[in-house]
Amino acid sequence: MFVSYKWLQEYVDLSGITPDELAEKITRSGIEVEGVEVLNEGLKGIVIGHVLEREQHPDADKLSKCLVDIGEENPVQIICGAPNVDKGQKVAVATVGAVLPGNFKIKKAKLRGEESNGMICSLSELGIEGKLIAKEFSEGIFVFPNDVTVGEDALEKLQRDDQILELGLTANRGDCLSMLGVAYEVGAILNREVKLPNPAVKTISEKATDYVQIKVEAKEDNPLYVAKVIKNVTVTPSPLWMQGRLMAEGIRPHNNVVDITNYILLEYGQPLHAFDYDRLGSKEILVRRAKVGEKMVTLDDAERTLTADHLVITNGSEPVALAGVMGGANSEVKADTTTVLLESAYFVGPTVRKASKDHGLRSEASSRFEKGVDPNRVRAAAERAVELLALYAGGEVLDGEAVVDTLQVEPVVISITLEKINRVLGTNISIEEVANIFTRLQFETSVDNETITVTVPTRRGDITIEEDLIEEVARLYGYDNIPSTLPMGSSTPGYLTTYQQKRRTVRHYLEGAGLYQAVTYSLTSEAKATQYALETREPIKLAMPMSEDRSQLRLSIIPQLLEVVKYNVARQIDSVAVYETGPVFLSNGTDALPDEREHLAGAITGLREQHQWQGEKKEVDFFVLKGILEGLFAKLGLEQKVEYRQAAVEGMHPGRTAQIYLAGQKIGFIGQVHPTVQKDLDLKETYVFELSLETVFAEEVAPLQYESIPRFPSITRDIALVVGKEKVAGEIESIIVEAGGKLLKDVHVFDLYEGEHMEPGKKSLAFSLKYFDPEKTLTDEEVTKVHEKVLAAVKEKSGAVLRG
Amino acid sequence: MQERLKELQQEALEAIQQATDLKALNEIRVSYLGKKGPITEVLKGMGKLSAEERPKMGALANEVRDIISANIEEKQQGLEAAAVEAQLASETIDVTLPGRPVQTGNHHPLTRIVEEIEDLFIGMGYTVAEGPEVEKDYYNFEALNLPKSHPARDAQDSFYITEEVLLRTQTSPVQARTMEKHDGKGPVKIICPGKVYRRDSDDATHSHQFMQIEGLVVAENIRMSDLKGTLELFAKKLFGEDREIRLRPSFFPFTEPSVEVDVSCFKCGGHGCNICKQTGWIEVLGSGMVHPNVLEMSGFDSKKYSGFAFGMGVERIAMLKYGIDDIRHFYTNDVRFLKQFQVKE
Repeated sequence: MFVSYKWLQEYVDLSGITPDELAEKITRSGIEVEGVEVLNEGLKGIVIGHVLEREQHPDADKLSKCLVDIGEENPVQIICGAPNVDKGQKVAVATVGAVLPGNFKIKKAKLRGEESNGMICSLSELGIEGKLIAKEFSEGIFVFPNDVTVGEDALEKLQRDDQILELGLTANRGDCLSMLGVAYEVGAILNREVKLPNPAVKTISEKATDYVQIKVEAKEDNPLYVAKVIKNVTVTPSPLWMQGRLMAEGIRPHNNVVDITNYILLEYGQPLHAFDYDRLGSKEILVRRAKVGEKMVTLDDAERTLTADHLVITNGSEPVALAGVMGGANSEVKADTTTVLLESAYFVGPTVRKASKDHGLRSEASSRFEKGVDPNRVRAAAERAVELLALYAGGEVLDGEAVVDTLQVEPVVISITLEKINRVLGTNISIEEVANIFTRLQFETSVDNETITVTVPTRRGDITIEEDLIEEVARLYGYDNIPSTLPMGSSTPGYLTTYQQKRRTVRHYLEGAGLYQAVTYSLTSEAKATQYALETREPIKLAMPMSEDRSQLRLSIIPQLLEVVKYNVARQIDSVAVYETGPVFLSNGTDALPDEREHLAGAITGLREQHQWQGEKKEVDFFVLKGILEGLFAKLGLEQKVEYRQAAVEGMHPGRTAQIYLAGQKIGFIGQVHPTVQKDLDLKETYVFELSLETVFAEEVAPLQYESIPRFPSITRDIALVVGKEKVAGEIESIIVEAGGKLLKDVHVFDLYEGEHMEPGKKSLAFSLKYFDPEKTLTDEEVTKVHEKVLAAVKEKSGAVLRG
Repeated sequence: MQERLKELQQEALEAIQQATDLKALNEIRVSYLGKKGPITEVLKGMGKLSAEERPKMGALANEVRDIISANIEEKQQGLEAAAVEAQLASETIDVTLPGRPVQTGNHHPLTRIVEEIEDLFIGMGYTVAEGPEVEKDYYNFEALNLPKSHPARDAQDSFYITEEVLLRTQTSPVQARTMEKHDGKGPVKIICPGKVYRRDSDDATHSHQFMQIEGLVVAENIRMSDLKGTLELFAKKLFGEDREIRLRPSFFPFTEPSVEVDVSCFKCGGHGCNICKQTGWIEVLGSGMVHPNVLEMSGFDSKKYSGFAFGMGVERIAMLKYGIDDIRHFYTNDVRFLKQFQVKE
């Protein structure tokens, strides 16, 4: 809502308060003022001029040479390019020395050899937006009515010597979609009186009901419909001050009748509609739901196809308006209109909202009905409108109104105790202060001991419960005056759950291992949604996606991380290491919430160790990433329970991928992205993993228990085995561990050889075995005994030959 | 004989003086002090001396030996020290060359902000509550006092999957769920971070996915002043000790009264700059007293219990705090962006 500071002064005395101060006060007490616009900022030297002579410029077809009286001693010659400039017009003249928007300074000039001492201005040259300029002046200069005085300040005549407060209204404050609503608010804030218009209407003896009968079929949608009839109207431009105010508040002037309805909409917040009575073609107004497929042409000349959701005003048969949204072209007020039927009605919000949405028509009227108009202002607004129609359109107002009124207006009465107010706010406000605040708001109150009973005016439909009253008290009492305290009562322990702590451990570990945390989108394309999924279910699709790229919920994080890698590699960042923790979504069927599983995924490519002056560098490979995961499982106390099994996963390198098992349960995979996928994404060798973090965290971890530091030496024996190439180290290691028993403290692979000195199809694997007894120093004989057992087991179970 | 010994001493000391390495020194030791050395040679002639002179001469010979030996020892230490020095000199490195880099990653800036806020509130007795990102319409809207007909819940603004299921548009449903679990018994003190989704086109200031963090306290006798005090602590911790807050009345369906909270500008300190648009204040969060309808719907007796709630957009906080100009940076994960958030302030 745009609020004119000048106009507002008609209702509330604003003396001593600048627009900026007012804006700050309004903001601090509840409605955010998003800006204060000075309409004539940077403009000066623009006066009313009188075009005394106009003739064609001798050297230019499109220019006129004008002699203009600007209220100085002598008239001046001005060259003007506007097509509509003519002798006898009163116009806005930017005189020599004037400044126009954009710091455009007017100087003496010669245009095609003719002297020009100023500029005759269009409204847009004076800083008014094109869409607010009346159609007849949109392509040329603005022509003032003849009663303006030459030499006067033209901007003042156009109401541009004003400042506009732009209110950002929250959904509950529809009451401030009117000057009167704002006046009540400002009156309460400043503790000043509010002066309301007091329409004085002279009527003629003819009765409105002789001209029109109202019928309302859809009473739930329209519980109150008031029609007034005004005869002998002359359609002309509205008074200049009214046009100026409309433009200042963002409405384009049309003619006096339409402008008056818009003016009342701004003043009272009550949308009105003026029909050309003669064009209605009947003596009846029937309000009903539209028939399915019924058509009408609205004022914007668009044909609308209606449904039974839409409420229409009809002349008994044909729609003449889409209720609360826009009038019909067939009954529009035009230059030749003489009798006006003025509608002031209460249409319910949801009905108007539906029509406005279905037809993509959001009007000043519809937005007010949607938020709810004041039921008690419907008639007052009509009364004020006919007063203005009589004044500025020369109309004769018929007696009475044609009406259907089934509106039940029950005032909201709320009682609240002082104790409750102070308890909720943490304040110590007195009953007098509270009562005073409600008086400032012009809420009727009665105080009984420490209980205050408030009758809420209908204009404040947002106030229905005690808490709403508390808010009114708080905002006018001032939030600055509320003390700062902390909750009292028993203290509660604050902590992270074990799960949350583990998640933080994982993040810190991975970051220490060189991976950056990424956060990617949950929504992805159909193709990517199911790629690399650990578990496949029907993908979850949005009902109304904004694009195909973001149309389904992900079942895996890897495709998103590959996008991240691709993005970076394409920007000359060759080495990328990222991870993400976040949910993937597994459908449980329509209308059931999906399973959201928290996953952990990572991706690395490029160099593990950057190329430095030492001359070393190391490319990432499978074992770099696996080492990171092994460290992670060790950190989580699970390394003994994790197993890697060679496996085929779609989209992964068939020879360089392993599925990961935790205590026998599959929890994810690790490996190299399939070379064809890498090629598609323009990636070099890229390694990824994805794990079900929930499963990992759910696995039981043995409580941490100190193990004594060895006091006795250990004995190490190495063995080199020749095995078939297909034999995997893990399998042999398991055999060794099993046979080694409790004396075998540690075993690890320290060499792998598959070179030319090997028999075809064979490789050599070397293991280092460490034997240790915590109770005593082992003798060679004891170790040999166990070691022989290990060798025998390996030979027997894996067919390995001890290398020579 | 006496002269000969003195002469030998003189010779030996000169030789020691001139020795330049350990080898030469050792040769001197052997040649003067060895069994076939000149001193032994001299002593062989002792038999010719008288019984009186013999012990004197013996003592002198021993003294000469000791002097030579001590000098050799001293020289040896000097030579050894020089050798070590020479060795060390040859091992000198250029300490200005860069060290071997330790490649580390770091938290995403959003996580950084979230954890900072979580930790602050954990210290004040809150726990961290999480909830599903795909949510029932009931928890996302209805339980928060946004009935189906409410204008604020346009289907155009939310990602619906079916009529009853959508991607949550706020983290508030976690509050509703947590309260429900508490079965009408306080106190509830939670902080709820999480991803939320709205049907917005992505641009520099909008993102269809973003993060919120909300707080909720429900207990007996929770007051608006408690909200104010809590948020003051929050602002000082997150934006600096000198920060002040101001509350401005606002409107949210799930709180009444509702306030928006501004923090005094952390760039200019409140004097007015381009960050705070010359106002001295920056809007950072929305909050209010939990609406009685919300309490009742979640099983709390609104006569007995009251509460406050607050919520903020994590991206907005991060953008303000770090001066980030485009919200899309958070989701493109440019490494050059991510690595800037490693510093512990």
